[in-house]
Amino acid sequence: MPAVQETVDRVRQIDVDQYRYGFETLIESEKAPKGLDEDTVRFISAKKDEPAWMLEWRLEAFRRWQTMAEPTWARVDYPKIDYQDLYYYAAPKQTKALASLDEVDPEILRTYEKLGISLREQEILAGVVRPDGEGAPEERRVAVDAVFDSVSVATTFQAELKKAGVIFMPISHAIREHPELVQKYLGSVVPTSDNFFATLNSAVFSDGSFVYVPPGVRCPMELSTYFRINEKNTGQFERTLIIADKGAYVSYLEGCTAPQRDENQLHAAVVELIAHDDAEIKYSTVQNWYPGNSEGQGGIYNFVTKRGDCRGRNSKISWTQVETGSAITWKYPSCILRGDNSRGEFYSIAISNGYQQVDSGTKMIHLGKNTTSRVISKGIAAGKSQNTYRGLISAHRKATGARNFTACDSLLIGDKCGAHTVPYVEAKNSSALFEHEATTSKISEDVLFYCVQRGLSQEEAVGLVVNGFVKDVLQQLPMEFAVEAQKLISISLEGSVG
Amino acid sequence: MSALLEVNNLKVRVEDREILHGLTLTVNKGQVHAIMGPNGSGKSTLSHVIAGKPGYEVTDGEILFEGDDLLAMEPDERAAKGVFLAFQYPVEIPGVATMNFLRTALNAQRKARGEAEMSTPDFLKKVREVCTRLNIPQDMLKRGVNVGFSGGEKKRNEVLQMALFEPSLCILDEMDSGLDIDALRIAADGVNALRTPDRGFVVITHYQRLLNYIVPDVVHVMSHGRVVKSGGKELALELEESGYAQFEDKAA
Ligand SMILES: Nc1ncnc2c1ncn2[C@@H]1O[C@H](COP(=O)(O)OP(=O)(O)O)[C@@H](O)[C@H]1O
Ligand SMILES: [Mg+2]
Repeated sequence: MPAVQETVDRVRQIDVDQYRYGFETLIESEKAPKGLDEDTVRFISAKKDEPAWMLEWRLEAFRRWQTMAEPTWARVDYPKIDYQDLYYYAAPKQTKALASLDEVDPEILRTYEKLGISLREQEILAGVVRPDGEGAPEERRVAVDAVFDSVSVATTFQAELKKAGVIFMPISHAIREHPELVQKYLGSVVPTSDNFFATLNSAVFSDGSFVYVPPGVRCPMELSTYFRINEKNTGQFERTLIIADKGAYVSYLEGCTAPQRDENQLHAAVVELIAHDDAEIKYSTVQNWYPGNSEGQGGIYNFVTKRGDCRGRNSKISWTQVETGSAITWKYPSCILRGDNSRGEFYSIAISNGYQQVDSGTKMIHLGKNTTSRVISKGIAAGKSQNTYRGLISAHRKATGARNFTACDSLLIGDKCGAHTVPYVEAKNSSALFEHEATTSKISEDVLFYCVQRGLSQEEAVGLVVNGFVKDVLQQLPMEFAVEAQKLISISLEGSVG
Repeated sequence: MSALLEVNNLKVRVEDREILHGLTLTVNKGQVHAIMGPNGSGKSTLSHVIAGKPGYEVTDGEILFEGDDLLAMEPDERAAKGVFLAFQYPVEIPGVATMNFLRTALNAQRKARGEAEMSTPDFLKKVREVCTRLNIPQDMLKRGVNVGFSGGEKKRNEVLQMALFEPSLCILDEMDSGLDIDALRIAADGVNALRTPDRGFVVITHYQRLLNYIVPDVVHVMSHGRVVKSGGKELALELEESGYAQFEDKAA
């Protein structure tokens, strides 16, 4: 059989059953009763020992959600979700008030080990020689918060972060320990009324990370959260809130995985970022939720609202995402460029294979003077997938001197997939300068053959070519994760070409 | 002398049109064979089929490499076994640094042969040595594979890979096109340095000029998908004077 034909046939087979993170952890869990009503919301709030104001906030969101309809404008197609057929809370049993990591269920720790995440500070510290206290170590370290279904199971490096004044803890703890900060900022970027999924999240969010970096502090290490959905039929609704006070800097990375299942699972997260004067937040995502099998069964429905508010002058927010998983991705990490001279960036790699559907992009809302934004999007579609970039660049009347540069490149592997670019531009200010470039190309058989003639397998060749295609974005990831992401990209495309 | 490459009665179709009509050719170890012929006679097609490029349908005949059925092997397997094709038109691979590409390819071949990966110092040493010999500035290796390379740089990059991978069968498809005389000499020297009793070469060219630098043992004339005449190196000179027209007529 000529290899061209073989290539086409293989693409048709769409083999995405190579998901490496598809194991299930057998642990006992405690769930809220199935379905969603006010009692579910009260149950979650009570489980978290929340103050009354928090419960009120959730209930208000829930009441509003009942009046809202699911959005339909995205280029994604899925059966109607029965919101009463889901669990909204699942917790590994006996995780209350853990005094140390030793009390974490070893099964959970093993799960994170399998995922290549080391939670044990001593393990992380093992290779690092440093006198306690002074002298920053040569090696960069990463503080990890691990969220298992609805609860945070472990957060590392607490003490050291505390010394720097950085607060990094599960949001459920922050609600109790730092209510003034949470009350001030929660919902200030993504209001409870924002959109169907964000409102749902506001009512039932379970856990997630909270970060506060005080004025003038540069967070001494990368912060990272790993989210894991384990339970069946359970939605995950995490909520992340990150505040960089004046002149502060923080780099944060989230990673996501889930077991292989035949049913679809719902994930509706909200992330809010606030950057004050001269502050900078770098937020990176490596999203590898289970994408479903080769028949298009199962996989995570990923409906996520992520927004950053460049509230202060000269502030900067940069989103970098590597999206390889999920059956459906509906996600538009955005920046509100409120402060004068503020800057927003969006760097994205979105890979779809099998029957995956991606509708992702960004919104850059220029409100302040001389605000700038940059959007680099790389979409790779293989198998029978659909990959859409949807972006909005807008300049307010008062946003004099607003600048945007957008480049969207799409790469198609095979002829059964689709790539689409939907840019929206609104310039209400005549001095705004927006540039947009877009390209769509098919992966070249000649390039693949060149690589194969030099000894690479077809799959290695595809991985290499795609990694070259996304290089500009990969470079934006923190070093520690760039290599990981590169491997992930190759893995997600396995079986895409013969 | 043992046979390195045997092509017997090879018939090849592209999109329902037969391009090679029963081509036969044997290259022994230690030999350099030149294949000359007018544009469109099927020279590149032959090189592609030997290397295993998709899109060609072999309807008859066989290709043996060191006695094994080459057509039964995947193209990457052929590469690991020592089949190297220096392309007439080397492609660009944006975002993939040449150095990274060389290393990935070399280690892929070694892995396929069950050998250990080459260590970084050994690899760098080898690359440096070859670059010096071929007059390739190391800076070129930081750039994307062939991206923004001049015609001459692309061809030198092909010879660089040939020198690095040390294949046993080297097929050079119009290595001379786009090269000025100095670049041609350097590239030819690179090729000559690889001439050993174990290795065989198929040098495809339209012009006799290249054969002044890479002196062949056997010259074949190809026309309309067949070898129409074979001879010694003097055949190339003869062609230079009389042109291909005589063979065109014969085949028509
Ligand atoms: N992919 C292809 N599709 C259709 N015809 C092709 C293809 N490749 C080569 N040919 C045809 O095959 C013949 C031989 O081409 P080629 O092998 O490139 O000749 P040469 O290298 O000797 O110039 C030409 O007539 C050319 O048009
Ligand atoms: Mg040719």
